[in-house]
Amino acid sequence: MKTHEVIIQPGRSERHYWRDLWRNRELMYILSMRDVSVRYKQTALGTAWGLIRPLTTMLIMVFVFSKIAKLPADPGVPYPLMVLGGITVWTFFATAFTQISNSVTMNSNLVTKVYFPRLIMPISSVAVSFIDFLVSLGLFIVLAMWYRFIPDWHLLMLPAFIVLALLASFAFGLFFAAVNVRFRDIGQLIPFIVQVGFYICPIAYSSRLVADKQDEWWTPFYWMNPMVGIIDGFRWSLLGEKAYFNPQSLLISISIVGVCLALSLYFYRKRENTFVDDI
Amino acid sequence: MSVITVENISKQYIIDHKKGKGANTLRDVISENVRSLFGNKKEKDVVTHEEFWALRDVNFSIEQGDRVGIVGHNGAGKSTMLKILSKIIEPTTGTVRIKGRVASLLEVGTGFHPELTGRENIYLNGSLLGMTRSEIRKQFDEIVAFAGVEKFLDTPVKRYSSGMYVRLGFAISAHLDPEIMIVDEVLAVGDAEFQKKSLGKMRDNSASGRTIIFVSHNLTAVQALCNKTLYFEKGQLIEQGETNQVIASYLSKVSKTRLLRQWETPEEAPGNDLVRVRRIELVPEYLDDLTHIDVRTSMKFRFEFWNLMDHANLNLSLHLNSMTGECIFNIGTQSKPFGKGLIAGECTIPGFFLNDGSYTISMMIVKDTVTPLFVMEEGITFDVEDYREGIAWYGKWPGYVRPQIPFHTIMLEPVTSEQ
Repeated sequence: MKTHEVIIQPGRSERHYWRDLWRNRELMYILSMRDVSVRYKQTALGTAWGLIRPLTTMLIMVFVFSKIAKLPADPGVPYPLMVLGGITVWTFFATAFTQISNSVTMNSNLVTKVYFPRLIMPISSVAVSFIDFLVSLGLFIVLAMWYRFIPDWHLLMLPAFIVLALLASFAFGLFFAAVNVRFRDIGQLIPFIVQVGFYICPIAYSSRLVADKQDEWWTPFYWMNPMVGIIDGFRWSLLGEKAYFNPQSLLISISIVGVCLALSLYFYRKRENTFVDDI
Repeated sequence: MSVITVENISKQYIIDHKKGKGANTLRDVISENVRSLFGNKKEKDVVTHEEFWALRDVNFSIEQGDRVGIVGHNGAGKSTMLKILSKIIEPTTGTVRIKGRVASLLEVGTGFHPELTGRENIYLNGSLLGMTRSEIRKQFDEIVAFAGVEKFLDTPVKRYSSGMYVRLGFAISAHLDPEIMIVDEVLAVGDAEFQKKSLGKMRDNSASGRTIIFVSHNLTAVQALCNKTLYFEKGQLIEQGETNQVIASYLSKVSKTRLLRQWETPEEAPGNDLVRVRRIELVPEYLDDLTHIDVRTSMKFRFEFWNLMDHANLNLSLHLNSMTGECIFNIGTQSKPFGKGLIAGECTIPGFFLNDGSYTISMMIVKDTVTPLFVMEEGITFDVEDYREGIAWYGKWPGYVRPQIPFHTIMLEPVTSEQ
């Protein structure tokens, strides 16, 4: 075996970083498995929690927003189905985003003791949220069958929106993960961001309600939210044309996520060598 | 062929000293920037930056197959050096070139998760240390047997005893197969039996041409394992070379040894109107060409004081204390009548008596066998180093004393094979 020479110098990041990352895919897998298997250790209900949470959130929202606040669903779409679709993709984004933001600080014991490409931590941290997402998606399918909703060709677009939601969580999460090492304020900020996001994104309501209010001064800001296009698109690919989807909002999502992801990644890579000094 | 070359490595930390506020939170940073934005410099906190060099201009190279020990005080930069070699921290200046696969063992059981079972943790820790899953699978049974945790493989490690935890952690790292192995203090843990086993395993490894870098406070272990040693002090590499030589000079530099104190005139000497100390002295009878005291060395103790009283029944009382303040022994002289003058007391502390460690001697001058006239606390400070021959165990020898009491085994009756 040919041994390659490693050169350690200030400011010099590993030349083979991306190759190293690939070589460490087993570590990535094992760290993911760690998070997954630790998640429901010593709980009586175990993985059932993955079902209970989205189900109860949906029921409460149906009760509050549909029964009390009388928010209308898209015509032809049952309100519970619309909400569950929104919750599923939003929860996926929100938990992935939270996990990524905390991934470095949560693994501080590793950062100070072993070297590995630091991107492994955020990447492996999303496994838990992805599994929860799959459970929630399964729940959605069961509910959709109950309402006799048969998905059509739109479903083919679903993976694209899932990937987009994942990229969005990295686009914002990586930046916070790196800042969190230095300023633990981020740990306080994140639940707040997620909570606000829950209301400004079309989860309990349809973007159609906003589209109908063209003349309001705040509507342009609403469409600037990259999650709007992702959530609407996700629902659209599951429920078909009956669900509201504005392709323009998708363009906004893609460009914002793309730019933020590039900046975040650059920032994270720039900071990762100093994590150990600040953690 | 040198496998590791270290050139001009320095590591600098900036320590912020801030008046008033302690933590450097986001709020501080924002409020500071906002304040300076409005030109309000009056309230701005005074921030002073202090540069701290954890390492400064370190140069060395390590040949293939070398077993290199790193010694030095806490904060001398040993761990920083290891972390730079392990790519965990980035140096401020300089270059390190490493040829070969490196495994760093900076703690036992890195990344162990308390909720996971022993089995799961073997895979987790193994892959953190750079093993592939197939490598771990191949070594799995051996690791489990080495750690002796067969029965508890599917128990969460949080239910392990601390001994089992450490054994499992070490067992995994002992089965790594890198070309260069970096080890920090891991032998400081675990029971004596296991330390012996691990050190033996490391020696086997090095016999197969592996390069080992080993940081330890346990000089005996460094001496046993390493052929070369680097000695760090205050971030600088101040000596490197053959282990025995470097350790001898390390010992002579670090010990707080104070074997002699004396005063020329009673006026400047410690004491009171009744007695004054003139001299307190410990003279080791060094063995061979040694310059330090080890467990074999016998020592002559001598104490001189001025008696300023006309008539007094005086005796001396010697307390030999360990560094933690426990009294190892206390001996006294017979009480005798003395007039004004210079009085001396002498005794010999035999070799093969004190265990290795640091000791102090306090002296007490007593009148009429009951009234202490003067106590001289810690007049003498000295270290006793360990020495062993023909023993392959390097853990701390237990006990306060280290007597050589004849102790033999004999064969009572041989078992002859029945035929």
